[in-house]
Amino acid sequence: MSRGVRMAVCAVGALGVAVLLAAAFTRMPAFGGAHHPYRDAAVGAAVRHATPNVVSSLNFDQRGLDTLVEEMILVACVLASVALLRPAHHESERPARTGGRVLPASRLVGYVLLPVTLALGLDVVLHGHLTPGGGFQGGVILATGLHLVYVTGDYAALRRLRPVAWYAYGEAAGAGAFLLLALAGLVSARGFMADILPPGRFGALFSAGTVLPFSAATGCAVVCGMVVLLAAFFRQELQITETGEADR
Amino acid sequence: MTYLAYAVAGWLFLAGSLGIARSRHLVQAIVALSIAQSGTYVLLLGVGFQRHAAAPVFTADMTIRSAVVDPVVQAMTLTDIVVSATITALLAALAVQAAKLHGTADPDDLRTLQG
Amino acid sequence: MMWIIGVTLVLVAAVGTVVALTPGPERQAVTLSLYALVLTLLFFELSAPDVALSQLGIGTAVVPLIVMLAVRKIARMRARTGAGDRERRAPR
Repeated sequence: MSRGVRMAVCAVGALGVAVLLAAAFTRMPAFGGAHHPYRDAAVGAAVRHATPNVVSSLNFDQRGLDTLVEEMILVACVLASVALLRPAHHESERPARTGGRVLPASRLVGYVLLPVTLALGLDVVLHGHLTPGGGFQGGVILATGLHLVYVTGDYAALRRLRPVAWYAYGEAAGAGAFLLLALAGLVSARGFMADILPPGRFGALFSAGTVLPFSAATGCAVVCGMVVLLAAFFRQELQITETGEADR
Repeated sequence: MTYLAYAVAGWLFLAGSLGIARSRHLVQAIVALSIAQSGTYVLLLGVGFQRHAAAPVFTADMTIRSAVVDPVVQAMTLTDIVVSATITALLAALAVQAAKLHGTADPDDLRTLQG
Repeated sequence: MMWIIGVTLVLVAAVGTVVALTPGPERQAVTLSLYALVLTLLFFELSAPDVALSQLGIGTAVVPLIVMLAVRKIARMRARTGAGDRERRAPR
């Protein structure tokens, strides 16, 4: 099928889908309406479990099973990507090149922002049940902060900062801790992923039952998973070459 | 305004799908897929929105009767974003390997270089 | 306040179309980063701070970085294959 024919068929299909979508959207409740039955149920349950951040309560408490599966998807995708990006038998890995011009101002910005970003990410993870945030958001902020070193420095500095093996262990530890916490609910005869810690006072740091431990475990798994993933891509691009290829 | 949010969601989905169809590079198809996925985020959050309602985080002065937007669709969108980012990474790794094996990253050419 | 949401929605649709139509995947990484920023703005206006936080981190930093690294790797391989093949086979 030539490109022109393919685009014509796609256009016809897109038109059909657009008509169906329009028919569906005109029957939906109006944008900005006040009728949200799931919201009423979720908010009630979150307040009963003393969790101010309802989205975190949903993620780690009420719909914790979704988050468990999502964690497993994350681990599986990182594993698959790392396995795909390993050097093949006809490739070799050359050492990372150091040097290259880095502006001192860039380097200063990186060094100043690195601890700030890490502290912010840690804060977002640990206060996930109180303010907007949680394991996923904080984990992504932490991973991005670590790679600030690459953006404002050079690849060798990044490699010194993140020994990949430890981050692989960290990801396994985070996902394993999540599973163990979930099973602990089962062991305590209250149900899989049940709250085994007391709810505490509304708004205190150590409250909201098991949301904080789940959030911390997720944050650990996410940051380590993202670092391992990006490390595989970096290695593939900057270090792995076909055996015998001249050094650029 | 009533249908603008849903229309934008549908438009993003179709734009992403057409972007995949007309892509000339595997990574272009992956980015277009990302656009199509973002259409679902807009749709989910549009469904859960309420005018003049606060974010679903309770401060000390809010009661259980305060109007907040729907947190269930927000939790779903959060899961959606993280999973689609990891799937994008996996697809990019697949694209790198496919290009390595066949020497080209053009989806049109990948069919003719079998075997 | 609803008109702000309306304007942001139209902006999202426009930037999304631009990203889908950008020629060249290395340029799409940059426009994808901008698109994620506009989406974050939309999510904040729709009172979804958690979603906006995660979209900000993932869409503006992690995904464009992965896309750039993949594109560079593929371009490098194609340059090498092209240079090697030019001696071996006639141009198509």
